Amino acid sequence: MTVEIGVEEIEDIALGATVLGTGGGGDPHVGKLVAKQAIEEFGPVELVSPDELDAEDFVVPTAQMGAPTVSVEKLPSGREAVTSMERVERELGKTADATMPIECGGINSTFPFAVAARRGLPVVDADGMGRAFPELQHETFNIYGVSGTPAAVSDERGNTCLIETDDNDQLEWLARGVTVRMGGVGYVSDYPMTGAQVKETAIPGTMSLARDLGRALRVAEDDAMDAVREVTRESIYGEARSLFEGKIVDVQRRTERGFVFGHVDIDGLDEDAESEMRIEFQNENLGATVDGSYVATVPDLITVLDRETGGPIPTESLRYGARVRVLGIRTPEIMRTPAALDVWGPGSFGLDATYEPLADLP
Amino acid sequence: MTDYRIGIDVGGTNTDAVVMDGDDNLLAKTKTPTTEDITSGILNALDVVLDDSGVSEDELDYVMLGTTHATNAITERRGLNEVGVIRIGAPATQSIRPLLEWPDDLAAAVGNNVAILDGGHEFDGRLLNDLDEEQVRAQIREFSDVDAFAVTSVFSPVRDDHETRVAELIREEVGDDVPISVSNEIGSVGLLERENATALNAALTSVASEAANAFVEAMDERGIDANLYFGQNDGTLMSVDYAIRYPIFTVASGPSNSVRGAAYLSQVENGIIVDVGGTTTDVGAVTEGFPRESSVAVEIGEVKTNFRMPDIIAIGIGGGSIVSTDGGVTVGPQSVGYKLTEEARCFGGETLTATDLEVAAGTIDIGSETPAVDADIVEAAREYVRERVEREVDRMKTSADPVPVVIVGGGSILVPDDIAGASEVHKPDHYEVANAVGVAIAQVSGEVDRIYSLDEMDREGAIQHAKDEATDNALAAGADPDSVDIVDIEEVPLSYLPGNAVRIKVKAAGALDH
Repeated sequence: MTVEIGVEEIEDIALGATVLGTGGGGDPHVGKLVAKQAIEEFGPVELVSPDELDAEDFVVPTAQMGAPTVSVEKLPSGREAVTSMERVERELGKTADATMPIECGGINSTFPFAVAARRGLPVVDADGMGRAFPELQHETFNIYGVSGTPAAVSDERGNTCLIETDDNDQLEWLARGVTVRMGGVGYVSDYPMTGAQVKETAIPGTMSLARDLGRALRVAEDDAMDAVREVTRESIYGEARSLFEGKIVDVQRRTERGFVFGHVDIDGLDEDAESEMRIEFQNENLGATVDGSYVATVPDLITVLDRETGGPIPTESLRYGARVRVLGIRTPEIMRTPAALDVWGPGSFGLDATYEPLADLP
Repeated sequence: MTDYRIGIDVGGTNTDAVVMDGDDNLLAKTKTPTTEDITSGILNALDVVLDDSGVSEDELDYVMLGTTHATNAITERRGLNEVGVIRIGAPATQSIRPLLEWPDDLAAAVGNNVAILDGGHEFDGRLLNDLDEEQVRAQIREFSDVDAFAVTSVFSPVRDDHETRVAELIREEVGDDVPISVSNEIGSVGLLERENATALNAALTSVASEAANAFVEAMDERGIDANLYFGQNDGTLMSVDYAIRYPIFTVASGPSNSVRGAAYLSQVENGIIVDVGGTTTDVGAVTEGFPRESSVAVEIGEVKTNFRMPDIIAIGIGGGSIVSTDGGVTVGPQSVGYKLTEEARCFGGETLTATDLEVAAGTIDIGSETPAVDADIVEAAREYVRERVEREVDRMKTSADPVPVVIVGGGSILVPDDIAGASEVHKPDHYEVANAVGVAIAQVSGEVDRIYSLDEMDREGAIQHAKDEATDNALAAGADPDSVDIVDIEEVPLSYLPGNAVRIKVKAAGALDH
């Protein structure tokens, strides 16, 4: 079944991506506008399920990486990621049949649609994070053995840097350095793979999930929670559950190594009146405790919603006094294997916790 | 010298005015209805307070005005200039054209003339691309019909060379009469938000200059030869010339004037201000006597902007709010607004308003009759208002510690004296004209918000540069050179960028130049 992504669907994907972004992933505003203008100019984009890919199809993911302050000032020309994709195609002597997001939270959920519109390619309804994470090795592609390279990073002048390495951690390190020389932000094409590899390693259905979440939040008049619950019930993720309701009483942040670390304390209201929740974050929300005991950790999704409007609140906008509802969503099986937990389990972010998947609702 | 001053604040419902002497004593005050043309309402208020105070026209030294001309023009898309929006940054930035996210009618109202030309800088001041002067000149000639220009270059808060040069080229091509707004004087990092604010500013210069001229002429007609100032968003003043060049800086002057006035009247330098008007209640915060600035992008006319705006939450509760008793008692957000004296029951009308409840309860005595309202309804409505106000006061706080709360505005009676989370609650004298007091006592200021690369300049040098520029801006706005002080310095290291980039915000303020 062919699904078309037009301007309205981009709005919904951007909103849904803020739920899947678990507080991070960057402001989807710029990515959304880039995709909207490209779709207006070049036409809507086809969204294809991984099931529809042939084993030999050539899929080249695209993304933006770099400093948020730069990405909101030096906006892209729109050609950068296409340049990167072309460089990878030339290196491998193949022409891309589709592009794919590497993450489904924040700016990079919508950005590949601009590339797809320009190139006349479909976008694969899948990604490699199933949420937002801070670094390029936080990818199911990496976890399940796809090489991140050949990868290319390009800037608005048309400069391109090709990266070859057999170590995906080195890819992150080198690409990050190149983006600095490019003025703080670069546009990357990495983890080029076959249709067969997509089926084995990507988290399927995350773009349509983001779109459905966004649409549900947009049309939900009363209870955003019900809307989110209904959409997630039909997905490979667990049904969303309300972990806590309360008022933010303290927010602590510090910036280290380019990441924002900190925690937010929430005093319970109504049913949770006697309890306190703390959420620890590193760009994205990592773990939530109630009265000192973990109730949810990475890789499961912890998203803070405004209790009144139902709108997701990114970590940088958390502030004292906000009434919030904290949502937990269990991630799919592919994100919870021992190999995956080695890369993004609680221990890899320094949390003193053992991963316990969020249970199904009774 | 007595330094008599008049402060006038034009609100949606009322135009308020006060006369104050050189020691900031309030000599007379009035609340008169705002008129559609605004200027006649201002003159009405002026006449009342001059009459009541016994101060004559020629004794007035200063007239300070807080006005909503600019805000109304944006909301109603009325009187806006056709703007040539020039962005300097190609090949970067072409993926999002200027005005892409504007509502269609607003983009049409400013003419939808947009261009993205070569040039711009990187975050560390390196050149992104050369400015192509021939390309710029050709574009200016193509925009020959526009009323104003808005120029935004990539990373101009770091280096403004390209914006400055484009402004010079516009002068050479079209002469001195066309207003030019350059983005580094308007907003901070965040290209789209800064460009939006700059384009809105350019769209407003005709409205601003008409309003200023009408005001100046009205003063002339009254034989008033005083220095004229406009209130701006940060709670300080600017000269008439400055207000004509930067009208966007007046759009939130009303709430800011209230915050300043409330702080002055109550002598509370740090706390929460609740301003209860006819239709809405604005909740804001005062920090060291100035309104706290919003840290997030503020939308004006549905357009995201990033210039300095006060952190204000508006609730739909005011003196004219309609009280509903269908299933639980609620107050607002529907309001009779300026028709209170026709539609409220205490004035013989048919509509039950928040004001009627207080008249019924005997706490105030206005209007022609006392409506009969069940005491349970009065109590339930008061609880409704209390809960809403307490919640927003709590949201404005930065920690759980109790803070002083000051309640001002014509509808102050609606808010109880015991608010949860308040260390003390003030309802100071002259609370109903706090906004006019706020603009009357205001200082003049200048501000700088820039990114410096500490590889090129040491930290002290960068801070000194910012201080000097803020001081220059305050002097340009009309401050007395002897009284200018640096009132705020904020330093934000941008640690995820190399080159030791740091964002420095400095504000200077001083007394009016005599």
